Amino acid sequence: MPLSKALKREMFWMMLLSRRLDERAWVLHRQGKIAFHISGIGQEAAQVGAVYALEKGKDWLVPYYRDLAMMIAMGMSPAEFVMSLMGKAAEPTSGARQMPSHFSLRHANIVSHSAPVATQTPHASGIGLGIKLDGGDAVVLTTIGEGSTSQGEWYEAVNVAAIHRLPVVFIVENNQYAISVPQEKQMAVASAADKACGLGLPGIEIDGTRVYEVYEAVKEAVDHARQGEGPTVIEAKMYRLTPHSSDDDDRSYRTREEVEAHKKQDPIILTKNLLLDEGLMTEGEIEAMEQKAKTEVDQAVEAAREAPYPKGEEAATPVYAQEVNNG
Amino acid sequence: MAEITLVEAVRQAMDEELARDEDVFIFGEDVGVRGGVFRATQGLFEKYGAERVIDSPLAELTIVGVGIGAALYGKRPICEIQFADFIFPAFNQIVSEAAKMHYRSNGDWRVPMVIRAPYGGGIGGGLYHSQSVEAFFTQVPGLKVVIPSTPYDAKGLLKSAVRDPDPVLFFEPKKGYRLIKGEVPEDEEILVPIGPAQVTREGSDLTVFAYGMMHHYALEAAEAAARDGIEAEVVDLRTLYPVDRVTIRKSVRKTSKALIVHEDNLTGGYGAEVAATIAEWGFMDLDAPVRRLAGPDVPGVPFSHPMQEWFMVNPQKIADAIRDLAAF
Repeated sequence: MPLSKALKREMFWMMLLSRRLDERAWVLHRQGKIAFHISGIGQEAAQVGAVYALEKGKDWLVPYYRDLAMMIAMGMSPAEFVMSLMGKAAEPTSGARQMPSHFSLRHANIVSHSAPVATQTPHASGIGLGIKLDGGDAVVLTTIGEGSTSQGEWYEAVNVAAIHRLPVVFIVENNQYAISVPQEKQMAVASAADKACGLGLPGIEIDGTRVYEVYEAVKEAVDHARQGEGPTVIEAKMYRLTPHSSDDDDRSYRTREEVEAHKKQDPIILTKNLLLDEGLMTEGEIEAMEQKAKTEVDQAVEAAREAPYPKGEEAATPVYAQEVNNG
Repeated sequence: MAEITLVEAVRQAMDEELARDEDVFIFGEDVGVRGGVFRATQGLFEKYGAERVIDSPLAELTIVGVGIGAALYGKRPICEIQFADFIFPAFNQIVSEAAKMHYRSNGDWRVPMVIRAPYGGGIGGGLYHSQSVEAFFTQVPGLKVVIPSTPYDAKGLLKSAVRDPDPVLFFEPKKGYRLIKGEVPEDEEILVPIGPAQVTREGSDLTVFAYGMMHHYALEAAEAAARDGIEAEVVDLRTLYPVDRVTIRKSVRKTSKALIVHEDNLTGGYGAEVAATIAEWGFMDLDAPVRRLAGPDVPGVPFSHPMQEWFMVNPQKIADAIRDLAAF
């Protein structure tokens, strides 16, 4: 079923809100108000397109650290994200134990991940195994950067999912850089999707800047998985428009001309133009949406600023579900 | 009361837990039709089927990583690492993921999984089928580390581990799999709590702290020393993490001398934690320096028999150490 007009607008809203929030994080960092930010700018189309293929409340998401737009689209509020940037107690991913953008949202079936890359992918396969053992029809979607597909963890996770035809969709967000290292030093194939053929599952390559096309492709893979037909690898190609993180300076490894050229393929602009061209939104409506995003981000920053920090001693727990006596 | 082997106790524990809870499943190499290379899962594939006793790919990272995912989903995986020596490909998953999941999600996620692995030397296994790996994990909050020595404890502790809401590393002394027999009740369910150590021989002259196969050797050595009039108390630590400092301190207060025995390498081994516990908590009770008897600081247990015997702690070496310490 094709996407409705309302859904297309909603998806654009999620992308836009995430972008403005992400941009504000950079500003907060430059103002010295937060210590760290790792950005998803340029990847919003792939992220929003992908999670709209999921059934919320039923399917599972095992994300990686650039998936801000996924999180927003799955129900994390901007204030919750800003609280995580500031290390405030009420941020919902870790109670401010983890660095920002190490996502988790239990009530939305979004699983906590760490910083050593690719470690989350076997968990996606394990969740898929659990679903299969229970005879369920939920689907797991997991994401990763193209650099992280160099890790053994990713191959092992895809391999076991392929063997048991687990309901997992492995998305590779190929933003062309792993910090400073470009794709050609990461893999000898043109696309991470090509790696799938050696593991016995379909691998498809899509344009990760086209949100509605991403949706269609991921939806097909999700439906496939839900029907018990097994996993798929999808590489969504895009470009990381920002440095790796607030501690990185990308001028040392790529030219401004290269970055500027890719800004013409900015998924926010592409999607906006598409909506205008198709007559799904007017300039005025988009302007109103921009205004709404600005207000929401302003309010989020204000709310996060006022929110309390955790007490130092709260760090003592919860180490175990059933705390132990080590003393 | 039937007398069964250690490996049979392990098998029975899994059998009972598979029967009790349909979320429990086994995942590991050769655990299916083969019944495990040590036969710890013998008959379980036939009894519970391919969806409860699952042959994994030959990849330890997969075994643990997939186990974690299944546990997050709500299953109760029992992961088998064929030899503890092969656990290191899964180290990242155990230490970065399983151990930290609950803490890093502020309690939102939990990983109720067991990772079983046969460990230890003296079986002609050379460098890579003989290692003791516990010290790599007894420094990691978020994990529990259990090493049973008797069939009773192996069964009771493994059943507790399967029911535990947190990740448990369960290291089984493989030399004792068939060598060690013990009585285990047939008609009643046994659950041994994770945590407490156990005094297995009362004594007044000194305490020997040990676990796994070394616990049996310590008991043998204590009997030998008793013939010389030395009464050694023996404590089977059983759970290495969390540390039962109460039992350690109580025994040292009673005997005033402590010998810690393990087959893992001496330096940085678990004995260091026990020694530090005694130094911090029981210094005034001591009549002699704390002694450690452990594997030498070489990278592994060599294959050739004379070299293996040189490496391994045995009852004779423990008895000598007991006599030395008693004479201090």
